[in-house]
Amino acid sequence: MEFRYIYRGLGVGLLGGLLAFVFARIFAEPFIQDAIDYEDGRHEAQEALDAAAGLAAGAHEHGEVFSRSVQRDLGIGVGMALFGLAVGGLFVVVYLIVSRRYPDIRPRVLAALLAGAGFVGLYLVPFAKYPANPPAVGHEETIGARSALYVTMVAVSVIALGLAVVVGRWLAGRVGTWNASLLAAVVFLVLVGVAMALLPPFGHVGSNRAEFGDFATETPQPLTAPDGTIVYPGFPADLLFRFRFYSVISQLVLWATIALAFGQLAERLAASPARRQARSAAAAAADRPTAAPTTAVAPTTAAG
Amino acid sequence: MTTPVAQSRQRSISFPLTARRAALGLTALLSLLLLYFIGVDQGATSLFGSDTHIHEFVHDARHFLGFPCH
Repeated sequence: MEFRYIYRGLGVGLLGGLLAFVFARIFAEPFIQDAIDYEDGRHEAQEALDAAAGLAAGAHEHGEVFSRSVQRDLGIGVGMALFGLAVGGLFVVVYLIVSRRYPDIRPRVLAALLAGAGFVGLYLVPFAKYPANPPAVGHEETIGARSALYVTMVAVSVIALGLAVVVGRWLAGRVGTWNASLLAAVVFLVLVGVAMALLPPFGHVGSNRAEFGDFATETPQPLTAPDGTIVYPGFPADLLFRFRFYSVISQLVLWATIALAFGQLAERLAASPARRQARSAAAAAADRPTAAPTTAVAPTTAAG
Repeated sequence: MTTPVAQSRQRSISFPLTARRAALGLTALLSLLLLYFIGVDQGATSLFGSDTHIHEFVHDARHFLGFPCH
């Protein structure tokens, strides 16, 4: 059964998530803390400004549900491990579907190709349009719009990747594998490029433009007093870069772990004699029932 | 070598496919559900009312994995 693959896919995803967490805990958490400190400092500066202007104090002070220590040591670990698990689950499902369709592709090659596709389709292309933002970057009021836009971008990216692969397969018989691959890449880039051009930047959603001015992102600009002096700096550019760079690397760690570890395990499964038998049996079973269900369904539809 | 293969072919005409489909479908569904809870729930949409425990617990991961956060 496929369960042997599914268990391994989930396990490998979990392992990848844990490795990505170790990377995040060591390299990224100091910068996440810097971003939170920036946010707190800015909040205080804003309150001081408001008090000077005679405005009521900050509208809402939300109490902390979890301490920073819990979020930093445990929360991010659980979050990333479960993310890895979920990604491993999706990966193994696609792997099993594609490997049955194209049984000639070597397991470790297929695992690497699919993990690469997952990294690009699920993360890198959406990241190109809507990059990961550290705490302090992002307005609470626009969370709904931003989530919808991000999920849309992920969906467009994955669908475009699927379409590009179909086009590539179709062209391969006509113009050769190399040219077909290049043309498929062009199809993918054009599709996601059009989507990126059409979808609005985060800085333009909701009341952002009216409230903060015409910026493409929600990255905090310098806080100025009524006389124009800067009382609190804009969000540090180096910090933003570090956070995003490490975000990309941690995703690379996750997907590379899936590609290499699952590839290795799948090679071993495919090489075991018992497996080979079961696979040929399963392949035969797959070919047959495509006709069987129609005959099985026909009487019920006739009766109904 | 040929006979056992032929026998297992006989046995596995319709059932393994549906079991396979169920296993794949269930894995995909649960994975997507998990992704939803880590990435989106209690931010833009919320299945448990205005509670923010999941959101706050995985807060750093959500930012770091690229999902939009408050």
